[in-house]
Amino acid sequence: MTNAIPGAPPTDDAMRTEEQPAARSALSRQRLASAWLFLTPMLAVLAFVAGWPLLQTIWFSFTDASLADLDAARFVGLRNYFEYVDYGDGTGEWFGLFFDAQWWNAVWNTVYYTLVSVSIETVLGLIVALVLNVPFRGRGFVRAAVLIPWAIPTIVSAKMWAWMMNDQFGILNDMLMSVGILSHPIAWTASPETAMWAVIIVDVWKTTPFMALLILAGLQMVPSDVYEAAKIDGVHPVKVFFKVTLPLIRPAILVAVIFRALDALRVFDLIYVLTPNNTETKTMSVFAQENLFQFDQFAYGSAASTLLFLVIAAITLVYIKAARLNLGGGR
Amino acid sequence: MRFGTAAMAVAAIFTLGSSEVSAAELSIVSGSVGADIQELRTQLAEFEAETGHQVDIVEMPASTSDQFGQYRLWLAAGTDDIDIYRVDVIWAPQLANQFVDLRDAMADVIGDHFPSVIESQTVEGRLVAFPMYTDAPALFYRKDLLEKYGRNPPATWEELTETAKVIQDKERAAGSGQIYGFVFQGAPYEGLTCNGLEWVASSGGGQIVSPEGEITINNERAAQALERARGWVRDIAPAGVLAYKEEEARGVWQTGNAVFMRNWPYAYALSNGEDSPVKGKFEVTTLPAEPGSRSAPCLGGWNLAVSKYSKHKKEAIELVRFLSSRKAQKERALTYARLPTIPALYDDPDIAERQPIIAEWADVVEKAVPRPSAPTKRQYNEVSKEFWTAVNETLSGAASAETNLQTLEHRLRRLKRDGWR
Repeated sequence: MTNAIPGAPPTDDAMRTEEQPAARSALSRQRLASAWLFLTPMLAVLAFVAGWPLLQTIWFSFTDASLADLDAARFVGLRNYFEYVDYGDGTGEWFGLFFDAQWWNAVWNTVYYTLVSVSIETVLGLIVALVLNVPFRGRGFVRAAVLIPWAIPTIVSAKMWAWMMNDQFGILNDMLMSVGILSHPIAWTASPETAMWAVIIVDVWKTTPFMALLILAGLQMVPSDVYEAAKIDGVHPVKVFFKVTLPLIRPAILVAVIFRALDALRVFDLIYVLTPNNTETKTMSVFAQENLFQFDQFAYGSAASTLLFLVIAAITLVYIKAARLNLGGGR
Repeated sequence: MRFGTAAMAVAAIFTLGSSEVSAAELSIVSGSVGADIQELRTQLAEFEAETGHQVDIVEMPASTSDQFGQYRLWLAAGTDDIDIYRVDVIWAPQLANQFVDLRDAMADVIGDHFPSVIESQTVEGRLVAFPMYTDAPALFYRKDLLEKYGRNPPATWEELTETAKVIQDKERAAGSGQIYGFVFQGAPYEGLTCNGLEWVASSGGGQIVSPEGEITINNERAAQALERARGWVRDIAPAGVLAYKEEEARGVWQTGNAVFMRNWPYAYALSNGEDSPVKGKFEVTTLPAEPGSRSAPCLGGWNLAVSKYSKHKKEAIELVRFLSSRKAQKERALTYARLPTIPALYDDPDIAERQPIIAEWADVVEKAVPRPSAPTKRQYNEVSKEFWTAVNETLSGAASAETNLQTLEHRLRRLKRDGWR
């Protein structure tokens, strides 16, 4: 994992390739030692704030822990994941997370939400970035203004949108009805057909600026002489976009997408506030939280958290592989 | 949760400087629906003046389900930041281990309160919380509109449906486009368990899980009751009712846009407030019931518990004693229409004059139906979630009541396995 962190000192392998196959010089040994010296505090902090809680959660997922008395947790093996209960009369039933339809519903909701919202955000973010990349009067102001949704805490924006989407007093229904798009008010966050879309709308509103910002940074790295050359050759602007701009900013887009996707897969606050307890929008994190704290199912919730971690790790690995993304630097 | 070291240092200096060495700084945590916090603040001011202690209120969101998650977390972490918790009537079995037993400290006043309320807060012989007020919902109706169309307050759910529809349609035809027949709490949360239980129990469909722990919910009468409720959505209730909690329902009602509302008595005092458009235009009655069944208002109410981890247990118990006292209960009844847990207060002439609902409610409180929190023990929250999900999905029309109840029964069986834990 260390080589995945941009800016981290080169690892052993990388250093060895730089060295002469002959004996290690005293200088390089010293550099290696000081590299470790500087790295140790960070590794210790990471182990403490990330590694330890993670291991503890994984441990709890193999126990019967209850929040009422965590110290009394006993090891129960894989029972929270799968377990066959024999009723003693020839019938029996499978239990555990792998056989929990509500868990798989949460997994599906999360994946669906991530795919749809990140796709929309990428396209919109790209458009906004392209616009902001063109010099115009007041660009600095617009660039700052665009960031406002991103700057508002999610809880606040979720509550704000919940009021705007309210069926009786909401401004959204009022506006849509006054221009004649709707004939009667829609209960955005309550109806099963619209609940997920309500969440996606708010998420797109909130995180498009983030996407735009990352892509804009990529756009500004593109040297202007490429465009001048294309202009002299008389290449159509659409073709320039697809053949020049897009390939050059592809790494920036891919990194932006993975940042957003990781965030989206863990989504909790927005859904917890906007559509609480709604089966249509219950994501993996919400499922885990519910079992951990609302129900007396701390171990089961820990198992869900563990699977959540594994699912996200798997999706990330597949994505990095598929996108041939080199997070260590370069293109 | 405290205001950090600076505030503590100031408090320390203050304490050292003053001669009152026994003054403590307490924290009480409470949900906030309607005027909850304002009501608490007023009484805490009295307490502070009387005792010299200082009390901070930590304010929680309106949804009881949200409050519970946070309380469980604090208690599991053994925090001493909170001394007193205001807890829902259904939580006692789930949090019992982390609260102080109040049986001895309150021995002299236990006898003044409804035995059923004391019983609901007793877990394995320990009294884990002491009653602040009790609750039993009412059917609010617009007296003026019912009179205008020559209708009586409904005694059955069929009558309610019919009356609501007629008045809603006629009022809309007369130009009140915004008016709805009936509002209640349909959001998926603890409140819907109350509403759903009331519909089912008052139609002869039982109490989800019987007092003996049997899963009884999958029956024809329960299915009929839920189908009837499904018929209300979009017909006499706004589609948004699927996301309404107490305050959203009161919002529609108090702006004069509902003929009927199911809500707790706190809404009575607020709807009669000076700035309320429905002031003086409404009355309350007991919830309807099907012929042959009894009205089944859900037993609610809030209690005060002292954290086992508190550093000021003695002072905290003093505060519980103060807030549950006859005087405090009478004040809350007079101003906020909170139902006392002391039977004698129901005959109090001042209360009868200021809040007539309370005198009428003595009978309702006694017959209120408890949620199955006792038989399902620490699994109650899950049982409740499964039930409210089934009801909410029936209301939204995702599947029929019959299918949802079948799924519900199956899920509850999976939860229970060989017995509730």
